[in-house]
Amino acid sequence: MDHVEFFPAAASTVAGTIDDIYFVWLALSAAITIAIAALVVIFAIKYRHGSKADRNVASGEHYEHTLHRIEITWTLVPLIIFLAMFLWSANAYYQSAAVPNDAVPVYVVGKQWMWHIEHQGGQREIGELHIPVGRTIALVMTSQDVIHSFSVPGFRVKQDVLPGRYTTLWFKATRTGDFRWFCTQYCGAAHSRMIGRVLVMEPDDFERWLALSDTAGSMAAKGAARFRQFGCSGCHGPSANVHAPRLEGLFGKPVQLQDGRTVLADERFIRDSVFLPNKEVPANYEPIMPSFRGQIDEEQMLEIIEYLKSIENVPQGGQR
Amino acid sequence: MASTIAPIAPQFDDAVQQRDASNLGIWIFLATEILFFGVLFAAYAITRTQHAAAFAAGSRLTDLSLATVNTALLLTSSLTMALGVYAAQSGARRALVRWLSLTVILGVAFLVIKGFEYHADYVEHLVPAVDFSYPGAQAGEVELFFYLYFVITAIHGLHVFIGVVVISVIAVMASRNAFGPAYFTPVDLTGLYWHLVDIIWLFVYPMLYLVSRS
Amino acid sequence: MSSISVAQHDNYLTADFRLWSWLITLDHKRIAVLYTVSITLLFFIGGAAAAMIRLDLLTPYSELVSIETYNKLFTMHGVIMVWFFLIPSIPTTLGNFLLPLMIGARDLAFPRLNLLSWYLYVIGALFAIESLIAGGVDTGWTFYTPFSTMFSNTHVFAAVTGVFIAGFSSILTGLNFIVTIHEMRAPGLTWFRLPLFIWAMYATSLILVLATPVLAMTLVLIAVEHFFHIGVFDPALGGDPLLFQHLFWFYSHPAVYIMIVPAMGVASEIIGCFARNRIFGYRFMAYAMLAIAGFGFVVWGHHMFVSGQSAYAGTVFSLLTFLVSVPSAIKVFNWTATLYKGHISFEAPMLYALGFLGLFTIGGLTGLFLASLGLDIQLHDTYFVVAHFHYIMVGGAVMAFFGGIHFWWPKATGRMYSDAWARLAAIITFVGFNLTFFPQFIVGYLGMPRRYPEYPPEFQIWNVLSSAGAVILALGYALPLFYLFWSLRNGPAAPSNPWKAKGLEWQTSSPPLPENFLRTPVVAEEPYSYSTGGSTDG
Repeated sequence: MDHVEFFPAAASTVAGTIDDIYFVWLALSAAITIAIAALVVIFAIKYRHGSKADRNVASGEHYEHTLHRIEITWTLVPLIIFLAMFLWSANAYYQSAAVPNDAVPVYVVGKQWMWHIEHQGGQREIGELHIPVGRTIALVMTSQDVIHSFSVPGFRVKQDVLPGRYTTLWFKATRTGDFRWFCTQYCGAAHSRMIGRVLVMEPDDFERWLALSDTAGSMAAKGAARFRQFGCSGCHGPSANVHAPRLEGLFGKPVQLQDGRTVLADERFIRDSVFLPNKEVPANYEPIMPSFRGQIDEEQMLEIIEYLKSIENVPQGGQR
Repeated sequence: MASTIAPIAPQFDDAVQQRDASNLGIWIFLATEILFFGVLFAAYAITRTQHAAAFAAGSRLTDLSLATVNTALLLTSSLTMALGVYAAQSGARRALVRWLSLTVILGVAFLVIKGFEYHADYVEHLVPAVDFSYPGAQAGEVELFFYLYFVITAIHGLHVFIGVVVISVIAVMASRNAFGPAYFTPVDLTGLYWHLVDIIWLFVYPMLYLVSRS
Repeated sequence: MSSISVAQHDNYLTADFRLWSWLITLDHKRIAVLYTVSITLLFFIGGAAAAMIRLDLLTPYSELVSIETYNKLFTMHGVIMVWFFLIPSIPTTLGNFLLPLMIGARDLAFPRLNLLSWYLYVIGALFAIESLIAGGVDTGWTFYTPFSTMFSNTHVFAAVTGVFIAGFSSILTGLNFIVTIHEMRAPGLTWFRLPLFIWAMYATSLILVLATPVLAMTLVLIAVEHFFHIGVFDPALGGDPLLFQHLFWFYSHPAVYIMIVPAMGVASEIIGCFARNRIFGYRFMAYAMLAIAGFGFVVWGHHMFVSGQSAYAGTVFSLLTFLVSVPSAIKVFNWTATLYKGHISFEAPMLYALGFLGLFTIGGLTGLFLASLGLDIQLHDTYFVVAHFHYIMVGGAVMAFFGGIHFWWPKATGRMYSDAWARLAAIITFVGFNLTFFPQFIVGYLGMPRRYPEYPPEFQIWNVLSSAGAVILALGYALPLFYLFWSLRNGPAAPSNPWKAKGLEWQTSSPPLPENFLRTPVVAEEPYSYSTGGSTDG
């Protein structure tokens, strides 16, 4: 047996709070368990059958009143503790869930039984994720088949990865090193082998790694190529003769739909527009866009999204 | 034509206890049926909310006239069933048998028309997994609509079928003078079941057939 | 009241010795025995799966079985233990046997439905066993989509059918119990004179009747989707896999209360008897069980905090989960207070009940860790969760079940067993249980995921400790088989009330007559009137 581990390393900015909540619960639980156990043992000994302990029980209104107050107390005290812990841990959850504005995206596609990573610069990895220490990273994740879950215990992060939609997870590593990465949603035969390592590096080392990695161009560049390859520019490009929305300056903006609702043009909206084009038809457009289900795979879709993000600040011109 | 005395099962103390127990039992059973169908309604409602346009398109492909006829048949059958329970209460044996038989006929008619409807769907290539085709980008979502359409109407149809069988048995028992003013609990309980089957249809019909046709 | 001489009348066991009479019996006590035999068999099948899992986990690589087989083992362990052991256990064995006796009735309201519910259980179990023999199922007992519907090549249909059929067994049992308790109580037996075991059966039956239909229809949907490869849970057509999780957990969370509330009822009966004291806060104990049953329906989303549901939903579910823990906490305090100024003895049933008290407390407290939104991110789908629910299900429910079997064994069989051996078994079980499951809390926080046949070598020590505990636990479960069966032939005859307990079931012979009572009893006493001037009724 190798060395024994008792507690995971704390390697992210949220780990401290999560561990604090854990230790407070640990202390409270130990206290209550010991208290109950002690009372049971004491009563078991003192009031065992045949012992000479005083078993006269008082009666009357005062006694009833005291008992009543004891019951109220042991109902309210746990309730108050629970509510305090609820508020603290809900707040911790919101910190973990709300992606900071300075986050750098990294794209993750989970599939049976491996993890595919693509950095914005086009660097790809399988089962390994290189990141620089101290940078906020936001993972944009989807699955190609069943539900998986991305978990790095050292960072205290976890998020299910679903087919048909994008889920997000962010973290900022506080130490360099290798950290275990597991799939934590049962996904079939080799679920336990869908694991990897997150390698947190010094920023310089990370830049060097990025530069040395093989890439066929940045994700946005690849996405631009896909945009032409799949014929998107045929309708959405400048020389199209079809009334289709122009996509420059679209990403991240609100879009008004035919049914009156307004939605945000985020990753989910783009993906649904490509695979389920009739689900959210923009106002003033006909539902004539075909579906590309089965033609574009998840990684290609993410590249297209990166391309659209790269033109999100281009002013929309020639809108008809 | 003596009115029948209730046979009291040995676990009960008297006829009142037996009848009260039977009544509470059937209402609990009906509650389970509501929860059972509730899952289907919830699945439909949630999927419809996510794909409103496609579900409306699919709904417009259903046969409104056949379904409306079916609604009329089922509502009428609830009336005949209620009249049957009233006849049992009054000791009118021949009327009871007549009303129960009519209810069975209406129930069978419902199922026959449903059969025609399913056949038409098949001919129009609207049966998911078996024979489905729909032009355009919404095909997948429309297929989902029809998947729910078939699951919901089939399970409802199964309940109609079971009701038809049970009412037939009750009708035969009634013709053999098994019920009278003192004891007609099985007729009563069957009536409650049948009314629930009808009420469920009153949710299914607008949900599947009407909502897109305003 | 006098004890009735067995020699004068046939008891329910001796009334008819033919096997056929057992298979068409309408006697609730015989049906309880039929259920006991069936679920014991299923328990050992599920236990065998657990044994293989723990043996395989002795080493970091899956050397005992292939990883595919491992996946089938944990699936079958879950399916069998949840639906074919825990959910029926106390209600169909102790509940069926005792409910009419405790309320002074001759039988349940619908004896034929009762027999039907046993046959449905058996048929369901046969489907489940068939799926096991045919090669097993590898979806996990939770059948998450789209894996179970679109990707698994195993015998999902047979397993799901088995659970579906067994679900109707549950519904009929619950229906029977509710009607019986409402309509057939003996004269003088008002609601607040009922034993807490009856309150437990009532609260459990409400959940059985209202939650199980949801499972039934959800299973139909996945069976159809698995068979036709089309469905509302498949994102390829626009369906939503999260919808399955909502529907599944809407049943499966109340299901865990089906498993624990009966145990709470048993614990109250045993602790009251062996502390010779009124249960402290009787009314609160009854209300608490109803509150748990009710609140249990609105907390299902706490299984889905990282599933992709919204943060708002997570917040609401977290808060409600904390609220549902309060009644359980009250019950633990009340059981402890029942010991105060009692006359406590430590026969085997009491040891099991005290074990239940301690282990349920730990299980319940660790649930609070999981209810905490932020902390659950770290703990979700790790061994911490596995340890938590085993503390409640096994440390709680199974210990109480064993306590109940030991408590009412003399009543049901007319024989006394060896208390020395029984106490030994209880202690071995308690020690083995803690050694098995406590290390799992530690390795869970380290990050070891559930459903992993292979794990980082650094986690091995915790797995070895856990597996060692499992060996001891298995011994603790096997021992009762021996001395209980031995007692059937060689145990001394049991009097009507060997424990001098309160309750109508002790006012008739051991074993009881087929019709339970010669004359319907009339109740004039408060429940648990063990000592005068006892604790308040609350």
